[in-house]
Amino acid sequence: MGNLYNLLLEDIRFEEGFNSCMNCGVCTAICPAAEFYNYDPRKIVDEVQSKDDDKITELLKSETIWYCGECMSCKTRCPRGNAPGFIVMALRSLSQKMGFFTESEKGRQQLAIKRTVGENIFKYGYCAATYAVNPEMHPEQGPIWEYILKNTDDVFERLGGQINGIGTGPLRKIPQEALNELKKIFDVTGGTEFFNLIEEHSRKKASDLGLQLNSKGIDNDYFVEVYTANNGSHTSHENQ
Amino acid sequence: MNIEGKKRIWSDYQKEIADDHFFYVRSCIRQSFFPGSEQFFLHLLRNILGKDVYENPGHTTCTGIGYHSDIVPSATIMTVIARHFALMKESGYKNIAISCVTSFGLYTEILETWKHFPEELEKTRDYLFRATGREFDIPENVAHSSDIIYKFRNEIAQKAKNFLINKSTGEPLNIVEHIGCHYAKMFPKTGVGGAEFPNVLGGMVDAWGGTIIDYPERRHCCGFGFRQYLVQANRGYSVSNTAKKFSSMKPYKPDLVLTNCPGCNMFMDKWQYTIREMEGTSFGQNGESIPVLTYEELAGLVLGHNPWDLGLQYHMVQSEPLLRKMGIEFDATDKYKTKDGKQMPIPENLINA
Repeated sequence: MGNLYNLLLEDIRFEEGFNSCMNCGVCTAICPAAEFYNYDPRKIVDEVQSKDDDKITELLKSETIWYCGECMSCKTRCPRGNAPGFIVMALRSLSQKMGFFTESEKGRQQLAIKRTVGENIFKYGYCAATYAVNPEMHPEQGPIWEYILKNTDDVFERLGGQINGIGTGPLRKIPQEALNELKKIFDVTGGTEFFNLIEEHSRKKASDLGLQLNSKGIDNDYFVEVYTANNGSHTSHENQ
Repeated sequence: MNIEGKKRIWSDYQKEIADDHFFYVRSCIRQSFFPGSEQFFLHLLRNILGKDVYENPGHTTCTGIGYHSDIVPSATIMTVIARHFALMKESGYKNIAISCVTSFGLYTEILETWKHFPEELEKTRDYLFRATGREFDIPENVAHSSDIIYKFRNEIAQKAKNFLINKSTGEPLNIVEHIGCHYAKMFPKTGVGGAEFPNVLGGMVDAWGGTIIDYPERRHCCGFGFRQYLVQANRGYSVSNTAKKFSSMKPYKPDLVLTNCPGCNMFMDKWQYTIREMEGTSFGQNGESIPVLTYEELAGLVLGHNPWDLGLQYHMVQSEPLLRKMGIEFDATDKYKTKDGKQMPIPENLINA
C-alpha cells in the first residue's frame, strides 16, 4: 500500500465514500461532468483503488480531478454505496496540501476561488453577496443584474431586505463579533492554513510562469490567467 | 406506471417535519438574489400560519460554496455549522429551518458523518469551544424551508386566491419542478420522497392545482457545478448542462419552472438569457422563455400577494405570461417603484417583458 493512499485514508470523505469499486461505470453514465469534459469518474476510482503511488501522484497533478461539479449524482446510483464525488474531494484536498494543484490549468484555478469566495467569507460573512457579484466577471447575469446593482437600496428596501443594516434580515451586516468567531474557527480548524497553502503554492507557480501576483485582490496577471485560461484540451468537442 | 407500487415505495420516504418553533438560517444566494422570497417565507409562517420563527443576527454563511469548491476543509465547515447549532441552543430552539439546498445537504452530511465517526463530533465540539467558547446540541429536527411549506401546503390551498390553473382553458398548468441535487441525492432519507420520488415541490403543485411534467432530464443537475461556474473559464460546463435540461423539457411546454434551491433558480433563469444571447434559442412557447420561480414566490402568488413585493420583476425572465395564465391581476405601473411608491428607472432588455 502506497503512502499517498494512506494519506487519502486520513480523509473521512474518502473512508466514507470508498469501499470497493466493481467498475460498473454507473457513476460515469449519470455524471454531468462526463458529458461535458473528457472525464470518467469510474477510471479515477479504479486508479485510486490500485493503491499505486505513481498513479495517484499522476491524478493529483492532473486536470481530470478538477472536472467534477460535486453534484453528487454518483452517490445516489452507485450499487456499492461509493461516492466518487467524495473521493474526488479527498484527492483535491490532498493535491492542494502537497502543492500538486498548480501543475494543471484547472487546478491552478483554486487561487481564483480562494481570492473571490474565500475572501468574501472573511470580509462579509457570506460566500456570495449581491455587492460582490461583479457584472464584468458575470456577464451571464444580464441587464437585470446591472440594474439591481445600480438600484440596490431601493430594490432591497421594497423586498424587505436589510442590506448592510444592523439586526436580522436579508444581506444584513454580519456583526464584527461573528466575523471574528468565523476567522477564529478557520484558525483553529486548519482553514486559514489551507488558504495560506493555496496562496504560497500559487505564488511559486506565478513566479515560475513569470506572471505578476500581488499579495491581495484580483487585479493581477496570474489571477486573470487562472480565471480565464482555457487550453482547449478539456472537452471532446474541443478535440474535434 | 404502477401507481400502487409507487405508493408503497413512497411510504418508505416519509419525512418528519417539525410543526412549529423554527430557528431560521438564511442562504447566501437566496438573500442576495431573491430577498423577497426569504421575507415572504417569514411572513407566511409568522403572520399567515401563526408559527414561531426565530432568526439570530449572528449566524453567518455555512461556507458551503467554499467547501464544494474545495477551498474550505471539512473540519472547518463542520465547526462553522456547529456554531449555528450553538446559536440555536442559546436561543432555545431545537428545530432548524434551512433556506439553502447546498447548506441543507451539508447539515445532513455532517450529522450523518458524526453518526458514523463519533470522534469527529468530539473533535468539532473541542474546535468550537476553543474558537468561540460555545457549546452545541444536535438539532431535533432538520428541515429545508421548502419542507415546511410542503407540510402546510393544504392549509395554503385552503387560503388560496389563485390556483395553478390556466384561467382561460380551465386546464392545470404544466410545471417543471427542480429539487436540486443536494436536497436528496446524497442522503435520500432526509428529503421528502427521497431521491427516487421527490415530492417536496410536487406536493405543493398537486395541492395548488397544477400538473407536474415528468420529462427525461427531470433529475439532471441545473448546471451549477460549483467551480464549474465560479471560474469563468469553466462556465461552458454550466451552460451546457442547463441547455441539456431545457432542451429536454421544451417539448412538454412548461408554463413554469419551480425550484427548491436558490442557486438552481438563479442559473435556470440567467442561463436562459445567456443561451438566448448565444444561440437565439428560447425554451418556452411563442418565442418566450420559461419563468423560473422559487417556492416562496409561488406560494405568495397562490395566496394573492403582490408579485412586485415578492420580487418577480428582478428575475431576468419576467413572469407576466404566467400571471396572465393564472388570471392574476397586477398593476404594471407598480412594478418598478420603491417601497414608498417613488418611480424607479425601467430596466431594459429583459425577457418576456
